[in-house]
Amino acid sequence: MTEPFFQVDGLNTWFFTRQGMVKSVRDISFDLTRGEVLGIVGESGSGKSVTGMSIMGQIDEPGRIVSGSITLNGEELTTLDFEEMRRYRGRRIAMIFQNPLMTLNPLMRVRDQMYEAIGAHEDGSRRKMHDRCIEALKAVGIPSPEERFNAYPHEMSGGMRQRVVIAIALLLGPDLIIADEPTTALDVTIQAQIIYQIRRQIDERGLGMIWITHDLSTLSELADRIMVMYAGAMMEIGTTQEIIGSARHPYTRKLLDSVPSRNTPGEKLKQIPGNMPSLLALGKGCPFASRCERATEICGEPVPATQLSGTHRIWCYHPFED
Amino acid sequence: MLSFVLQRLLQSVIVVFVLSIVLFVGVWLIGNPADILISSEASEADRLAAIAALGLDKPLWHQYLVFLGNAAQGDWGASFVYKEPVVSILLQRLPASLELGLVAFLIAVGISIPAGLYAGLKPESLLGRGIMAFSLIGVSIPTFWQGMLLIVAFGIALPILPVGDRGQLATHFGITSSLWTLDGWSHVVMPAFSLALLKMSLLMRVTRAATMEISCLDFVKFAYAKGVKSRKVIVGHILRNALVPLVTVTGIELGNLLAYGVITETVFSWPGLGKLLINSIKVLDRPLIVAQLTYTALLFIAINFIVDILHTVIDPRVKSVMRRRTA
Ligand SMILES: Nc1ncnc2c1ncn2[C@@H]1O[C@H](COP(=O)(O)OP(=O)(O)O)[C@@H](O)[C@H]1O
Ligand code: SF4
Ligand SMILES: [Mg+2]
Repeated sequence: MTEPFFQVDGLNTWFFTRQGMVKSVRDISFDLTRGEVLGIVGESGSGKSVTGMSIMGQIDEPGRIVSGSITLNGEELTTLDFEEMRRYRGRRIAMIFQNPLMTLNPLMRVRDQMYEAIGAHEDGSRRKMHDRCIEALKAVGIPSPEERFNAYPHEMSGGMRQRVVIAIALLLGPDLIIADEPTTALDVTIQAQIIYQIRRQIDERGLGMIWITHDLSTLSELADRIMVMYAGAMMEIGTTQEIIGSARHPYTRKLLDSVPSRNTPGEKLKQIPGNMPSLLALGKGCPFASRCERATEICGEPVPATQLSGTHRIWCYHPFED
Repeated sequence: MLSFVLQRLLQSVIVVFVLSIVLFVGVWLIGNPADILISSEASEADRLAAIAALGLDKPLWHQYLVFLGNAAQGDWGASFVYKEPVVSILLQRLPASLELGLVAFLIAVGISIPAGLYAGLKPESLLGRGIMAFSLIGVSIPTFWQGMLLIVAFGIALPILPVGDRGQLATHFGITSSLWTLDGWSHVVMPAFSLALLKMSLLMRVTRAATMEISCLDFVKFAYAKGVKSRKVIVGHILRNALVPLVTVTGIELGNLLAYGVITETVFSWPGLGKLLINSIKVLDRPLIVAQLTYTALLFIAINFIVDILHTVIDPRVKSVMRRRTA
């Protein structure tokens, strides 16, 4: 395996609210090699977006990265000031957001939003920028790019807008793209098309990607590895085969069960019973204990990591046997 | 765009027309000016003669048609009280009100938008909270009360500003105004601030709310994620989108400032339209009331018109809705 170019190590991001400390991200560690897609999956509120925004250096008050390290090509990002981090954003690390209808400024033409992305990092003539933008729009499969280039966002469909957003993310050739539920708001056909385009770009350009989703099923075709998060913490991480094919963590199993099976259409979606514990009052033990059928007394103690294979790691006292 | 402008103009004409009827009937309902204008000791013959001279003996619809015909020719009738054409009375008073209203508007907008933007971007900061506290006080104090407080503070206790009247006038480019002279400015500043305070506070709150709402939206996060500098995100994305609601509110406030300075004009003895309106209502000076209310209506129609045009300039979505509607 090639050396990872991107590492997150022991990341903690907390929000210091009036109600108390919200520990949204707790001790998250993972790495990424070039050309690799890491899927991050978990129920809503498990800290996926906060993980992504921490990497972007875009955690707003009252939140802050409390500890941990994030390195890109050996460079530590958590100690950079705003202006230094700004130079990374969009150029070395790009981000795509969930709602394509809201990711583009409704008052600006696509053209100006693309120029703005280039202009934030480079000087250059309009002519040269123009050609680059059209190239980028073509690369993500946008028909009649010249026309879309001059359009306003509301003149395009959701799928087309998300392609524009992806084109903007790819514009400056970043090393890493973080996609936060980028296809959740789109219908299945468009979703598949976009996933196909993104996979192609990753393979062609050899960039790394973090794909955040609450839906495990989208990851099977796209991700190389999957990390499962719950209540801000890692539950299980491994190759897509290891997670989808032979998950060992009770929470991952529940997530897999809740994916509507393709063989039996119309089958009712199984929700995981119970609610996620409040991030304000987390104990030292396993956060899933309140909803876990396998929980015992020991689960109230801090859960150590168990390495199951070179790639497969799990945080659980009573994992399923293979 | 052109068809939109024409459409709005036609609408405006209809609105003015309907409004004039409502006004005419409304003023007629308030009372008969003959009862007030003619002394009770006058003989019956004198009374009838006076009523005929004022045209009050004709049926209401007839009076209205006469009014409409004259108004269309620029003759808005003569004031019952001053016996002068109402148009010339209005033109005498108008500059003072416009001056006060415009200066108040500049103060209100110039302070509230930057302050509201700051408070929206940093709601938890000390200054952000201070701005909110100020705006809360601003919307709570009655205008006449803070006006008198200002007079006591800066006119009497610390006599740095003159109180009452417009000060020295000067004429440039055919416009006679107190804003051409330093003395004029020293007169207008205090009443203008007093008049602006409430609008300023309201606009601050609207700006802050819009800023906070827009800052959370994905396109702002995306702009930061592109590496765009903070200042550009704030001006080009947050403020630009905040302008959509702000233009509407600001337009209404401008109308209010230009039309309803009644309390401030009274407190500061400002020789504008506000005092005139109150006096004409007291003595049922019909032509003067109708003319002033028509002026107010025209003012709001004009401002609405400008606001609509601004919306189509700021927001491309409005233009496509219009295109769909007129197509
Ligand atoms: N600005 C904030 N202030 C306080 N709490 C926050 C803030 N942003 C996120 N959180 C909390 O962090 C937790 C994780 O949120 P998030 O990362 O958005 O979850 P998701 O996995 O659905 O993306 C949530 O419980 C949320 O309440
Ligand atoms: S550690 Fe205990 S509570 Fe947590 S998932 Fe494993 S068995 Fe369940
Ligand atoms: Mg999220």
